[in-house]
Amino acid sequence: MSLSTVAGARLVARKDLRIEQHSRVALAQMLPFGLLVLILFAFALDPSRDVLNRATAGLFWMTVLFTSTLAVQRAFAIEVDDGALDSIRLSGISPASVFLGKVSALVIQLLMLEAVLALGVAILYNTDFGGWAMLFAVTLLSTIGMSAAGATYGVLVSRLRHSSTLLPLLLLPLLAPVLIAATKGSEVALGQEAGQGWSWVALLAVFAISYLILGVVLYRPLLEET
Amino acid sequence: MTTTLAPKNIGTSSTATRILGVLSIVGLIALVAFGLVISPADFELGETIRILYMHVPTVSVAYLAFIITGVGSVIYLWKRSEFWDLLAASAAEIGVLFFGLTIFNGMMWGKITWGVFWRWEPRLVTTTVLFITYIGYLVVRSIPTDTRTRGTVSAVIGIMAIVNIPITHKAVDWWRGLHQSRTIFATVDPDMRGTQLFSAYLGLAVFLVIFAWLLIHRFRVAWLSERARGIGLDEAIVARRAEGSVP
Repeated sequence: MSLSTVAGARLVARKDLRIEQHSRVALAQMLPFGLLVLILFAFALDPSRDVLNRATAGLFWMTVLFTSTLAVQRAFAIEVDDGALDSIRLSGISPASVFLGKVSALVIQLLMLEAVLALGVAILYNTDFGGWAMLFAVTLLSTIGMSAAGATYGVLVSRLRHSSTLLPLLLLPLLAPVLIAATKGSEVALGQEAGQGWSWVALLAVFAISYLILGVVLYRPLLEET
Repeated sequence: MTTTLAPKNIGTSSTATRILGVLSIVGLIALVAFGLVISPADFELGETIRILYMHVPTVSVAYLAFIITGVGSVIYLWKRSEFWDLLAASAAEIGVLFFGLTIFNGMMWGKITWGVFWRWEPRLVTTTVLFITYIGYLVVRSIPTDTRTRGTVSAVIGIMAIVNIPITHKAVDWWRGLHQSRTIFATVDPDMRGTQLFSAYLGLAVFLVIFAWLLIHRFRVAWLSERARGIGLDEAIVARRAEGSVP
């Protein structure tokens, strides 16, 4: 009997998180990379704290965007290296479960990275946090959207040549609306800009739901062909 | 005496494309006449309105092309038909070409109107982001892999990209403070009258014909390329077999 979608997804997510627990790639490579980008932004922009403070939301989400491409690459490198994806396909877990499992693991890893990066901007850019409900909604929905689009494109490029350079080319334009909405939503939440913050949250929800549905539907042909 | 393949058997033109080709050329001449000579300058936009007679058609045709790519991608994943895969890819290629033209003539308009080639105008930004999205699609198409994988992977990108169009539009609109009053990036202005309005719709009609003309030719080239690929493979197999049979 085949596993239910949720049980299968949980297995895949747990597998990915366990691999991360042992390999510590997110902790040892992605997190330092993210923090480095935050510092490099300070070098590139006016080092006076005002500029950085005003641009906090944009710089934070840019950093998350760059880090998320690394996370997606890593999530599928572990499947391709030893032909692990073939084993998953043969295990009877449905493609939808594989997708949802991959997305769940990515969401958990990215949320943890974002928490540390948020601490980084609080210290480095002297940002005062507030508007917690909106900030939480923006962060969660952006992360789900990025992970859903990333998991779909991750498996797509994993067996094409030049996959490491191809992924950012495909993923970053797709995530442009997420960057805009997450930045503006965060700015409203932080009180840096007036506006309809919940409209941005709604847009992020539309993005996240659209790409979750697309991922569930499109993973079957993708796993069959790649 | 040697025989050669008749070139007419491997060409991409037909009676329909020849008619479309003639219509395209005649239409373009008429558009140049109406757009640049016969129609008057606009009260608000001045002479720059003439760019609009090309700009609106190029962007409209590009979106039509991407819709065809999206629909073709869905049907390809459903039916696994080579026809829809090649139609989707051909439409995407022409869509990118027309988006490139849209950005170019938008920047020309910007230089005259604003004094700079680039301003963070919502339509220009959206067009550029989507332009890069579809360049990604074409890059994936160009990576050597088997036909079925290429079809599946590019169909997924075609579907993801078409879903992203309205979301990107909305995000960029809101980002730049919602709708601007009137720019070249608006659609055909309902206040237009007479030869201005005629030129605007003539532009749309002419570019639709050009699009159909290009699409049919591009599709046929793609179809023949696939056949040529098959021929090359068959010949290589025969040659290897011949090598194997040499004592």
